[in-house]
Amino acid sequence: MSTAVGDAAPHQRTFKVWRGDKTGGKMVDYTAEITPGMVVLDAIHQIQATQASDLACRWNCKAGKCGSCSAEINGKPRLMCLTRMEALPEGDVTVQPMKAFPNIRDLVTDVSWNYTVNKKITKFTPANPGTRFVAEDGTFRMQQRDVERTQEMRKCIECFLCQDTCHVIRDHEKHEVFSGPRFFARAASLEMHPVDVADREPFLKNEGGIGFCNITKCCTEVCPEHITITDNAIIPLKERIADRYYDPVTMLWRWVTGADKKDG
Amino acid sequence: MEIQTFEHDVLVIGAGGAGMRAAIEAADAGCSVGLVCKSLLGKAHTVMAEGGIAASLGNVDDRDGWKVHFADTMRGGQYVNNWRMAELHAKEAPTRVRELEQWGAVFDRTKDGKILQRNFGGHRYPRLAHVGDRTGLEIIRTLQDHSVHKSQIAVYMECCITKLIKDGERVVGAFGYYREKGRFVLFKAKSVIIATGGLGRAFEVTSNSWEYTGDGYSLAYNAGAELLDMEFIQFHPTGMVWPPSVRGILVTEGVRGEGGVLRNKDGKRFMFDDIPENYRNQTAKDPEEGWRYTQGDKTAMRPPELLTRDHVARCINREVKAGRGSPHGGVFLDIAWIKERVPNAREHIKKKLPSMYHQFMELGGLDITTTAMEVGPTTHYTMGGVRVDGDTQMSCVPGLFAAGEAGAGLHGANRLGGNSLSDLLVFGKRAGEHAAKYAKEQKHGWIDEAEVKASMEWALHFMDAPKGDENPYKVQQDLQKMMQAQVGIVRKEDEMRTALEEITKLKARAVAVQAPANREYNPGWHTCMDLSNLLIVSEALTKCAIERKESRGAQFREDYQEKSKEFGNCNMIIKKGIDGQMQLRREPVTPLTDELKAIIDEQAK
Amino acid sequence: MNQPSATTATLPQGSGFGATMRKDNWWIGPIGIAALLLSFLIYSTWAAFQGAYYWVPGTNYLSPFYSPEIWGHSPHAFILGQPGFWQSWMPPFSAALLILGLPAGFRLTCYYYRKAYYRSIWLDPVACAVGEPRKSYWGENALPLILWNVHRYFLYAAIVFVFLLGYDGIIAHMFPVNADGTSFTNVQYLATGAENPAFDKTKPVEAHHHVFGMSLVSLVLILNPLLLAGYTFGCHSLRHIVGGRKDCFAGGSGCGTDLHFKAWSFVSFLNRNHATWAMLSLVVVGLADVLVRLVAMGKISDFRFF
Repeated sequence: MSTAVGDAAPHQRTFKVWRGDKTGGKMVDYTAEITPGMVVLDAIHQIQATQASDLACRWNCKAGKCGSCSAEINGKPRLMCLTRMEALPEGDVTVQPMKAFPNIRDLVTDVSWNYTVNKKITKFTPANPGTRFVAEDGTFRMQQRDVERTQEMRKCIECFLCQDTCHVIRDHEKHEVFSGPRFFARAASLEMHPVDVADREPFLKNEGGIGFCNITKCCTEVCPEHITITDNAIIPLKERIADRYYDPVTMLWRWVTGADKKDG
Repeated sequence: MEIQTFEHDVLVIGAGGAGMRAAIEAADAGCSVGLVCKSLLGKAHTVMAEGGIAASLGNVDDRDGWKVHFADTMRGGQYVNNWRMAELHAKEAPTRVRELEQWGAVFDRTKDGKILQRNFGGHRYPRLAHVGDRTGLEIIRTLQDHSVHKSQIAVYMECCITKLIKDGERVVGAFGYYREKGRFVLFKAKSVIIATGGLGRAFEVTSNSWEYTGDGYSLAYNAGAELLDMEFIQFHPTGMVWPPSVRGILVTEGVRGEGGVLRNKDGKRFMFDDIPENYRNQTAKDPEEGWRYTQGDKTAMRPPELLTRDHVARCINREVKAGRGSPHGGVFLDIAWIKERVPNAREHIKKKLPSMYHQFMELGGLDITTTAMEVGPTTHYTMGGVRVDGDTQMSCVPGLFAAGEAGAGLHGANRLGGNSLSDLLVFGKRAGEHAAKYAKEQKHGWIDEAEVKASMEWALHFMDAPKGDENPYKVQQDLQKMMQAQVGIVRKEDEMRTALEEITKLKARAVAVQAPANREYNPGWHTCMDLSNLLIVSEALTKCAIERKESRGAQFREDYQEKSKEFGNCNMIIKKGIDGQMQLRREPVTPLTDELKAIIDEQAK
Repeated sequence: MNQPSATTATLPQGSGFGATMRKDNWWIGPIGIAALLLSFLIYSTWAAFQGAYYWVPGTNYLSPFYSPEIWGHSPHAFILGQPGFWQSWMPPFSAALLILGLPAGFRLTCYYYRKAYYRSIWLDPVACAVGEPRKSYWGENALPLILWNVHRYFLYAAIVFVFLLGYDGIIAHMFPVNADGTSFTNVQYLATGAENPAFDKTKPVEAHHHVFGMSLVSLVLILNPLLLAGYTFGCHSLRHIVGGRKDCFAGGSGCGTDLHFKAWSFVSFLNRNHATWAMLSLVVVGLADVLVRLVAMGKISDFRFF
């Protein structure tokens, strides 16, 4: 837990920033003047404004709400706008682009793969009016406690830090066969929606490759929105898939009762 | 130099709430749509909207209806609004919100399972549908996930438009560049929708992101469209003031809606000292009544903290100027006090205001459940913008439409919280619908190659043949500082005259900016190009602000502190003259229909 | 489709084992967890093969590694002696070998332990944003790890164990005595498993009655099932079974009921600290065996309070 920002005197810090693109590059040293409450993104802006006006970095809201300024600070995937200088240990600060995606330039990476994966997830498909939870006029009647699991996953700001830190993508480069934590969270938000009637379990098991996840929880550790991705999205989905494809008793039960669709 | 060319029926510039909603509508009408965004898809500034979306669903208080919402909007806008837009907005917002739910938005719920609504400044009844305090994100994500499955929509990410191309009077295309590679791109389109948001980056303290450089206003202005009431810039009363690096970041009005109170350094709730006459009978008599209002007591009136934003911002400004401010130049916003009233207040606050808790914890190291926040006014929203027809959202330039913050008219002199998200959807949809209709009646126009070539050369000269060695960031910072000081919350004629002179000087410096010769993702170069937009909108808003010699809504003139009848009946119109100079004229506000006038009189009782 | 190719080689993060730019002591966590897991594994395997010193004559202490004792030599055994199917070529009979597979399987397939040993033992990944030793990877998408989907069946067994060990914990506080109040020790076998030379068939072979008492060992034996319950009832599979599989809790067809919601909320509450419950229960179950063993061997007293 961080402490309140005081009025400490400005001081100098050295930043080692990746300059280059996918063909190559190097870490370049810059010095920035640190004032109270400053975050890494401020330092990068200062370097941009005074020393390297072409230093490429993405950013938008500067308040941890848009998920643009993802980078690896001192080796850890983080949002630059939420990383306070006081929270970093003494010494140089390294700032690098995300490793799991192709580098475009400096701190900017090509995250288009994520948008491609997103398209594969069946969109929200509400039940017909006049059914459970859907009034005749098409408006929904859902209890707060029934939507909270979905709402947690919808806090996602698509910074893709979870995708970056996930070793299945980062080290094993299973982009073709694995959707990654961000999209398991999205799928979970839809699968747990009381009104949704689409079935994404076959996708998750097959193209989505949820079986590649070995629940080592780095996604949850880096999530700046503190979404419990592993425990509240991935493991519940794995359990649903176990019901459907691996548990002989529930499989038999489904066969007997004819419930080949998901619950609820 | 190769230029990529794409053809679409409808081109939407900007992929925030309005742009995406417009794109969906045009695509559903069978058009091919190009959706251009300056950032990645889903990062638009709409995500920053926190409090909620105003729509008179009547789920929490069934006395609400479109007439009340209409009257609230007009009163908030001090009656210089485009009444037709206010009417359509109030009538259509509920449908737009329900439609979002159909598309997968998950709003907080009432006990009987409907969409929950909360209180907000200037709204008579609990009206804001919301998702905690991240409603904007919910809307963006819903529209994004809905639109990605539409094959008619092609998304051009990290692409910035620098010029609209005309064929005679008609807009027929747009020219721009990809930020990623620095390559140029030409869009041919039968109609173009501007949904680029506002101009907050013209000021030093702002809640707006870097994208908010007034691009849309400047594109439309250069294409011959009229800009309306540019002087009305909303200063949100509560932005963060400490630490310095987060100065300006928004603190949602929802904090006050949930019972948060404003205090000066002496611990006094100063908002009770100054309640405007026209709101007096709708404002709480004492703190107790205000508290009951925030807790859903329908017989109670709202606490003065929930008066319109312009008023609250000026009161805060007054406290700070009088030396009664907080240590870092703001005032205290306290939600922690509710522990006296609510059991388990800590969890309650974290549940109701999760992003705020998070924001102060991460950025300020401050726990809002135990400690008061320091807040002060921040540049937040542009009520003015491209003048459009209320029904179709088309500007005076055929084929050119505008929606959302880029369009103007709905909010008049001041916007009510929550009305922007509904604005995006209502008029985004209308713009999409009418742009599609217009596109279907047209053929693609003729593109002047020479004009495209000139635009390209202009873009490249900052790197290849700069006219000087000015640092673009420095020019931008100087402009922001100057605008903040001279054309800020409290305005005076002589200061604004100085501002106009400064703008002339800055224009000269902006011509001489240069960027390192590197086409790929070069933010320095992009800033060079954004500067011209910022300067145009700064000039427009300063000119309008000088001309409006009264205090009304968001405009507060120290030299004309009262409302004037004369100006209360007129709008400011900016247009590019034939000589290329900026021209300003006044136009009378279109009078209300008798029917709507009757509604306003009825609601004022 | 924009498919990124392997372009990371030029980035300074690197890709080899342990390659990282992290500046914190990321290796402390995995080393600590590995040390704990491996030492437990070694100790518990050794202890399970002993077949001796798992109970203490004169008390109702029974090592949790050996409960339930289906065949065995203590008064807790359902069947005295060793099973007929035990072959001479097998290792010396130990009651633990018959049952220990179930709790071991529960922990082996547990979502938390999977994380713990994938990280600290299999090093895949050893820590977040740290390079790995092997390039190839199948995860839990193929044999053998796909079998871990049977976790719920081990859960059913683990729930039974919670109650069995709970019973053991309670009776550990009931001390067998003779009619005159002296400790009842007339048992057929010694803690070593050998015949008791002092066993006297003419004297009572059952305790006259039991007295309530408490010792350090009895407290650990009751603490163990409590921690085990906290661990077992916070299981991810249980969370799914009692309500997580439902999309709603409004009752009626397809939905869970209010009871489902309450059960799910309770399991979720325990689940939030599943790792802590898992590790605490692991340490205490080991400690329980160590204490019983040392007392049975006469190395320490049981620190009887009354």
